[in-house]
Amino acid sequence: MALTDALKEEFTELASHYPKRQAALIPALHRCQEDLGGWLSPEIIESVAEWFEMEPVEVFSVASFYPMFFLKPVGKHIVSVCRNISCDLRGSEELFERVCQVTGAKAGANSTDGNFYVEQVECQGGCANAPMMVLDGIYHEDLTPDKAEAILGSLKR
Amino acid sequence: MSHETYLFSRMAREDVHTLKGYEAQGGYQAFKKILSEGTSPTDVTGIVKDSGLRGRGGAGFPTGLKWSFMPDPTKDSRTRYMAVNADESEPGTCKDRILMERDPHGLLEGCMIAAWAMGLAGIYIYVRGEYRLSYARLDEAIQEARAAGLIGENIMGSDFSCEVQMHKGAGAYICGEETGLMESLEGKRGHPRPKPPFPAGFGLWGQPTTVNNVESIFNVPFILERGSDWFKTMGTEKSPGNFLCGVSGHVEKPGVYEIALGTPASTILNEYAGGVWRGRELRAWIPGGSSTGFLRPEVIDTPMDHDSVKAVGSMFGTGAMIILDQTASVVHSALVLMNFYEHESCGQCSQCREGTEWLAQVFQRIHDGQGRMEDIDLLTDIANGMAPGKTICALADAAAIPTHSVIRNFRDELVEYVQEGGHAAVSKKRSLPLEVV
Repeated sequence: MALTDALKEEFTELASHYPKRQAALIPALHRCQEDLGGWLSPEIIESVAEWFEMEPVEVFSVASFYPMFFLKPVGKHIVSVCRNISCDLRGSEELFERVCQVTGAKAGANSTDGNFYVEQVECQGGCANAPMMVLDGIYHEDLTPDKAEAILGSLKR
Repeated sequence: MSHETYLFSRMAREDVHTLKGYEAQGGYQAFKKILSEGTSPTDVTGIVKDSGLRGRGGAGFPTGLKWSFMPDPTKDSRTRYMAVNADESEPGTCKDRILMERDPHGLLEGCMIAAWAMGLAGIYIYVRGEYRLSYARLDEAIQEARAAGLIGENIMGSDFSCEVQMHKGAGAYICGEETGLMESLEGKRGHPRPKPPFPAGFGLWGQPTTVNNVESIFNVPFILERGSDWFKTMGTEKSPGNFLCGVSGHVEKPGVYEIALGTPASTILNEYAGGVWRGRELRAWIPGGSSTGFLRPEVIDTPMDHDSVKAVGSMFGTGAMIILDQTASVVHSALVLMNFYEHESCGQCSQCREGTEWLAQVFQRIHDGQGRMEDIDLLTDIANGMAPGKTICALADAAAIPTHSVIRNFRDELVEYVQEGGHAAVSKKRSLPLEVV
């Protein structure tokens, strides 16, 4: 997917805040992922590389370092359940099991209908309101498996 | 439990995240006073230094001293920067998020005071990518402050200029390490840099840079407004002031509390967080985030300040207490943490890349009932091969410290796991007969 003119304009604006253009790379990759289908395809990486005057492999090397960037297609809704210590102590394993059950997706995979992508993630900074999950970028805290099921149920087709 | 609070003092007002709400409570007065009176940058740094404020990001390094490492502008004309470390990701830590979401101008005022003190041309606030609301609130606050002439060119009509820019990370723990953060901010993989050179001499784009935690900077306007003597009336002699204490895990009232440094951990647990939940006993606790290790209940009266926590063989860290009740398992929680460190090791140093994986494997084996007695010594050997001071950054230490703590403080549990056949058997034995949920 090619970069839109609007995105290129945004990149120019982003880069204007730094003495070197490459500093805008991670914010730019975020914008691509948000606007161009939810993941960073090889085509997107190539067009970003062209704009930043970098080699595609350099952009890939950066993108692949950061867990928030997806390098394969993901479902329409992204559910990230924290598995770190504070959430684990308050039942994140049971929460995750229910999330998988409700969505029909396995850890790090999409549901067969493509509606959900489900993953376990490291600490999201919601420790005092554990357990928690992030659904499409929004924090849901103080969860129980039932509460999560109710939230996700409303998104099922 | 009543004591003077200031960090959370403005938050009762709903609109404190707006410029109007912030200024209605005396916001930006400290910064305006410095500019209008022309307090010298050296004096501002001197006040912060004299206050004894220690960094709240984990290392506890004195903030004013760090500022004073920036080269003298009359002798070094390079552009200087600050990166605010808002990549809060130490497991158990969730305090900076509250400050950014609720009181973003408080952070910005601290930034501008720092800018004046160090002659900064630019400040980047590096927020972890997941903190959407923190980012949005700060971004709005920057726009408001810029429109009010408090940020940008010729601030308050003076010849002082400094820009503030938000920067979004993308979810890597290692970017909370100051040099990893700078690499990431430059648009690269977050690989920490060897030190020296230190950021004050060679930081962002090779220019003088200081990296400070959100809560550290948030303290600064209060210190400038009320004075370093006022600041030193709270906390302890060597760790003055209040800190934000996140309490998580098996407690009745998990939360983030404003606590005077030096308050016993037992007071925080029982009087603020409502005690161990469900009327249970304490099995273990972590004083300052995942990297500071597991401590025994016998030391729960330890005062929460840098020196006192160090004296019981741990670290104050981010001041994030994690509580494990009697049914919990230190071996299980240690495994959770080792999986985390393995996942987050950047892979540059073999000691850390391999070591974190080996630690996770050995803890997994013990957890699964396949452990051998000699695995306990093996854990020690692996941890000793990783730290201290054997790698570019402290992530290896962050995995080695909890490992050593399990062996030192909970050896009995490791032996129990080996002898009884792992987690299933041990947790069955520990479950309470009359479980009231």
